[in-house]
Amino acid sequence: MSHEHAGHHHPEPQPYAALRTKALESLLIEKGLLSPDIVDTIVSMYEQDIGPLRGAKVVARAWADPAYKQRLLQDGTAAIAEFGFTGNRVDVLENTPTVHNLVVCTLCSCYPWSVLGLPPNWYKMPAYRSRAVIEPRAVLREFGLVLDEHVEVRVWDSSAEVRYMVLPERPVGTEGMTEEELASLVTRDAMIGVAKAKAPAATG
Amino acid sequence: MNGVHDLGGMHGFGPVCPEEDEPTFHEAWEGRVFAIIRAARAQGLFNVDEFRHAIERMEPAHYLATGYYEHWLASAETNLAEKGIVSRDELERQTALIRGGVDAPATGQADPELRGRILGGGGNPDVLWHAQGAPARFAVGDAVVARNLHPAGHTRLPRYVRGKRGIIHKLHGIATFLDTNAHGLGQQPRAVYSVRFAGRDLWGDSAAHGHCVFLDLWDSYLDPT
Repeated sequence: MSHEHAGHHHPEPQPYAALRTKALESLLIEKGLLSPDIVDTIVSMYEQDIGPLRGAKVVARAWADPAYKQRLLQDGTAAIAEFGFTGNRVDVLENTPTVHNLVVCTLCSCYPWSVLGLPPNWYKMPAYRSRAVIEPRAVLREFGLVLDEHVEVRVWDSSAEVRYMVLPERPVGTEGMTEEELASLVTRDAMIGVAKAKAPAATG
Repeated sequence: MNGVHDLGGMHGFGPVCPEEDEPTFHEAWEGRVFAIIRAARAQGLFNVDEFRHAIERMEPAHYLATGYYEHWLASAETNLAEKGIVSRDELERQTALIRGGVDAPATGQADPELRGRILGGGGNPDVLWHAQGAPARFAVGDAVVARNLHPAGHTRLPRYVRGKRGIIHKLHGIATFLDTNAHGLGQQPRAVYSVRFAGRDLWGDSAAHGHCVFLDLWDSYLDPT
């Protein structure tokens, strides 16, 4: 990180990767294969527009509307497309009191971009990728999630071009909430399977 | 390939380290290399399988020592060099120029035709799913065993599942075969299944009680038992 000292501004030396990226970008622009506005647009799409709020809306609707939930579990891609979210084939995995689903890509970082945006760093790093398939309960404990012995843990290794999203259990005490209120309880981590959805804030 | 990227079941990597309020890109260059790859793929300069396989071919210690987007940078450099679009020499020279303070001009009019080509198609021209391909040899409920294959090239059959017994859970459909598509050998579509493996069958008796792993595997990765 760069620090500004009073009266001086010392730019940090650019990391080598930043220099190479700049070099690559400028060469592609010279060759007519890229332009800076295109780069800016793509960056902005993934920083602003495409993120886990999409998945939260899908989950909230599934909680509120049993017919939608059925369509979602039957054909996740089509049900998610009802919101205009497209780009991946997505299978949706329902968590229940006896089944807990967890998603990983051991070989790289495959993730349901169309509903969750880009994955967090921990999902793409060796610790999670190596351990999720061999010791899922230990990984979940590190996230603060302890499951009873009788709960079956299903780990889904995204080894082909199907992407997976978890439909977390609907929290207790959310009867009568609007879809917007329900969506605010749905975290990205719950849709990967390393957390449960948030409990509603205590009222009164 | 039996590369360092094939991490399932390895020990020694320590705790998972989530970051609170993590930004999409930690540095500006990460977002730019992400966009470079997306734009290159949208124009068909290389496909997603070639993209992944170039990462797998990184020097193993370098792969483990670097962050995620450095893998993307390595893949961009490898693929663009191998496709004859940007040579490694060109890139070295340009990097040296920029490091020396020559700021390469990144100006110019937005090119609507280029924009349309890159941004218009939803970002992914790769054909992943097909209406037809080689006939599916298995049905839901069939007992199968993952073949003991060790291809030197790109494969999506992780080492931890080879030789292990599972049950067909679902037929996903007919998919491009990434093992061939990564090497210019065509899409060669065939069935891909979700296959369920008991934790105990993968990892032995030390596996947690009541844990199973589902993998998506192509027909040619599997044999009947």
